[in-house]
Amino acid sequence: MGRKTPGLNTSAMSDISFLLLAFFLMVSNINSDSGIARKLPPPLPPNQDTPEVRERNIFVVMVNKDDRLLFNKEYGRIEDLKDRAKEFLGNPNNLPNLPEKVPTDIPLLGRMDVSKGVISLRNDRGTSYDMYLQVQNELSAAISEMRNDLSTQKFGRKYADLTEPQREAIDQAIPVAISEAEPTKIGDKK
Amino acid sequence: MARFTGKKAKETPALNMGSMSDIIFMLLFFFMVITTMRESSLYVKIVPPQGSEANKLEKKSLVSYINVGTPLQEHQGKYGTEPRIQLNDQIAEVSDIGLFVEQEKQQRNEADRPFITTAIKADKDVRMGMISDIKQELRNAGALKIFYNARKAERK
Repeated sequence: MGRKTPGLNTSAMSDISFLLLAFFLMVSNINSDSGIARKLPPPLPPNQDTPEVRERNIFVVMVNKDDRLLFNKEYGRIEDLKDRAKEFLGNPNNLPNLPEKVPTDIPLLGRMDVSKGVISLRNDRGTSYDMYLQVQNELSAAISEMRNDLSTQKFGRKYADLTEPQREAIDQAIPVAISEAEPTKIGDKK
Repeated sequence: MARFTGKKAKETPALNMGSMSDIIFMLLFFFMVITTMRESSLYVKIVPPQGSEANKLEKKSLVSYINVGTPLQEHQGKYGTEPRIQLNDQIAEVSDIGLFVEQEKQQRNEADRPFITTAIKADKDVRMGMISDIKQELRNAGALKIFYNARKAERK
């Protein structure tokens, strides 16, 4: 009885608190942003015509002011857009009404057939941003699925797990072929 | 010297480390209090749309933000109820974007300038007319890398 408790060695406490501090510093990210990245075309020089694109190489997606979709002048649903875009860009059966392919030499992949297809996205001024983003989202989904398929086939890994040169090769084989029309003034909606 | 030999060799006494953690915690709290997160308060209401393909935005130091949305309730008296553009911490017009892009460019290193991304943070109910105008301005200003802010959502 009456034994003294030995003093605790608290020198490691500071190490622990440092560790905690460093851990939270690294792990926490302040409201990270997510979204879809796109590239705008450079401004057209005046009095220059847009290059002619053959009809089979173009897939027109129109979104009107009521957020309804037209695919190549037919009514379409947003649920079908991804598959239509994949079919168009991939042209697996080399159909004559779907885009041509150009054999291109790509490092790491060899000779690949690169589709000349372009998805032309047109919207009214009255289209809601939500719908526009959904369309962009579906098109992104189509392209990323195709890239994933190709990278699993060629490298045996998902696109996200590839190294930088491999990713560039895949990007070259399946480019983001989305063209946006010059905006028109019709269909404004308040 | 003989009279010293009997003594034990001198040892440095152990430092008491008990209060070290207190000091470090104090430092931690100090830095927590003095750091202000640079975030301009929003005057517009933004509910971003959702998308399954939304990816993380890389290199946040090279991003400039354009906020688009209807003014918040308390600012509607001043800015109206129509969707407006907010650049940094003030409401602006579409025509101000060119200048804004130029200013953002000046703030960055020469080497980083080609990688500047413009993030469009727009409310999902904004009409595309406005967004198209902004995009045209950005094109003319040479800010071609853009980013549509969206919340990540699972595929339905």
